[in-house]
Amino acid sequence: MTNDNKAPESAAGEGIPAPEGPANLIDTDYVIGQDNITTNKFGLDVDLHGKVFTVSSLVILIFVILTLALQAEIEPIFDAIFSFLTGNLSWVFLLGGNIFVLVSLGIVVSPLGKVRIGGAHATPDFSYAGWFAMLFAAGMGIGLMFYGVSEPLTHFGTSMAGTTVENGVRTDWAPLGAAAGDAAAAQRLGMAATIFHWGLHPWGAYAIVGLALAIFAFNKGLPLTIRSIFYPILGERVWGWPGHLIDILAVFATLFGLATSLGLGASQAAAGLNYLFDVPNSNVTMVLLIMGITAIALCSILLGVDKGVQRLSQLNMVLAFLLLAFVIVVGPTLLIATGFFKNLVAYVSELPALSMPFGRDDANFSQGWTAFYWAWWISWSPFVGMFIARVSRGRTVREFLIAVLLVPTLVSVLWMTAFGGTAIHQVVADGFQGVQDAALELKLFVMLGQLPLTAITSFVGIILVIVFFVTSSDSGSLVIDSITAGGKVDAPKPQRIFWAIIEGAIAIALLLGGGLTALQTAAVSTGLPFTLVLLVGCYALIKALRSEPKGT
Amino acid sequence: MFKKILVPVDLAHPDVFEPSLQVVADQARHYDAEVCYVAVIANTPGSVARTPDEYQQKLEAFAQERAQVHGQPVNAKAIVCPDPIADLDDVLVEAIDDLGADLVIMQTHPPKHLDVVLPSHGGKIATHTRASVFLVRPQG
Repeated sequence: MTNDNKAPESAAGEGIPAPEGPANLIDTDYVIGQDNITTNKFGLDVDLHGKVFTVSSLVILIFVILTLALQAEIEPIFDAIFSFLTGNLSWVFLLGGNIFVLVSLGIVVSPLGKVRIGGAHATPDFSYAGWFAMLFAAGMGIGLMFYGVSEPLTHFGTSMAGTTVENGVRTDWAPLGAAAGDAAAAQRLGMAATIFHWGLHPWGAYAIVGLALAIFAFNKGLPLTIRSIFYPILGERVWGWPGHLIDILAVFATLFGLATSLGLGASQAAAGLNYLFDVPNSNVTMVLLIMGITAIALCSILLGVDKGVQRLSQLNMVLAFLLLAFVIVVGPTLLIATGFFKNLVAYVSELPALSMPFGRDDANFSQGWTAFYWAWWISWSPFVGMFIARVSRGRTVREFLIAVLLVPTLVSVLWMTAFGGTAIHQVVADGFQGVQDAALELKLFVMLGQLPLTAITSFVGIILVIVFFVTSSDSGSLVIDSITAGGKVDAPKPQRIFWAIIEGAIAIALLLGGGLTALQTAAVSTGLPFTLVLLVGCYALIKALRSEPKGT
Repeated sequence: MFKKILVPVDLAHPDVFEPSLQVVADQARHYDAEVCYVAVIANTPGSVARTPDEYQQKLEAFAQERAQVHGQPVNAKAIVCPDPIADLDDVLVEAIDDLGADLVIMQTHPPKHLDVVLPSHGGKIATHTRASVFLVRPQG
């Protein structure tokens, strides 16, 4: 049955009232949900965008089956794609990343920052605390837990080792010119490189997508889906196949990005449980973890954004803050306090060199680390952007960009300084090699193991990983559901449940089949087309903002 | 006995609540009560309206149309919330208090096993409000 619930006809010439206060709606005949399929077979209500849902779910199913069945055949293909993308096209990612940051910062200081999302008189739906907690939990979450200790330490180690050249090509993984044998310089460079990956650039990509979506949905009256950003360029064609393709791509990016993150989270939680309680670190543990976490995510979905994601995000902010405060107080406090400013200065002064897209001699670092991260952040951006757009109505553009760009960057600097700095201090000052030798997913726990109250802090660490996992899965389901329902946010609940289960299932299937590398490649592959999507988004965003009346 | 009847409606799915409208008209005339048509909507553009204000206009037009049928005073209110699917029950319970309604008339589906996981809105509202609740089952 097709949906023929066309909106009641409005009288000709009556015009659509502004969202809330002055705003400039885009005039289109498209009715949201006009291409949707509705049915209530099996007693469940369903309301889906037929083409986007069918194509994306089928292709994902085929992808999972192929990856699992033809692992040996497919792996070289994925590897080739991966090295081609990060090797030959790394400049696209790096250049794109720089543009997103510059455009975002440019809008902050320009008069466009005065525009209010949702119309000049719109009021925010969430408090500052709840809003900020959700922004941060959606944007970084598990990554900070996973890389907080391991990344600063890795860059520190490679920088210490200095550069090695074979046949005129650098084979080391150190950032820029490295700092052979000089611990202080290596620490400075390592921290600057880490903060570079977790600072302005990821949030620049999120900010562009989030802001563009928010403006086109709340101020322009278009459906809350990625294709709406393209309206200024494609016009009415966005409601046809070009638009379908953009949305399908967004679904892939979101699902693959999420499943990668869930895989990381599950492996870290399992490693932590093994370290703390001697729970066997096996596939069974991970599968049970993913199932348990998906079950919690389902409860959170049933409770909705307000009582589910928001509360969990706030809980996580409190826990993360306590853990951070603990590390700062118990760890080398003075070093972290001075380190915060030193690292910030190091970040700012190394930023031009680190973000330079051309003529790099540290190919391993700029391609293997930076380009990979950029591709990953960009493929995450539809998910994070859409979620933060949804909870940001009522904020001004300037407020939005500062909250999305600058505040998280400062928090990342503090987090990396505290966790990475403490770990490097353990290596340099205490001569403790354990952290450096531990596996990536264990480094956090080994670092905490050198501090007092290990059992409690490690347990809090595991809880944090799990709750970040739940909020990602939960907000991810909301986003995918909205895209596959043609931009409806009030589609029936069973669809959200469906997507949450699919995410868990993909994570399990690929973890068992060893396909996490495939997943990462897939996440990165969707990053390239999305870089172009985002560049177009920058143009469309500025165009849209310029046509908005400036609020007060 | 009843002074104000609250009727939740969803203009995107008129077929769902249409059967209860006759009951609303009869009860409103019988008790000489005012009828409030309430919709809980998302803040994002939807199939009925692209802005909350537009929805409010359409709801008012709908209420006036119903007033022509039953001749009782009407009132229309579109309530915006970030996640209407999840928060519908809470928002309606609150609206019953805010508007001072003493009777709620709404459509519901026959009981089914799935209700354990996804309870019906009518049943949930009845357990959380002091107002009387009249649940209309589909005919046949």
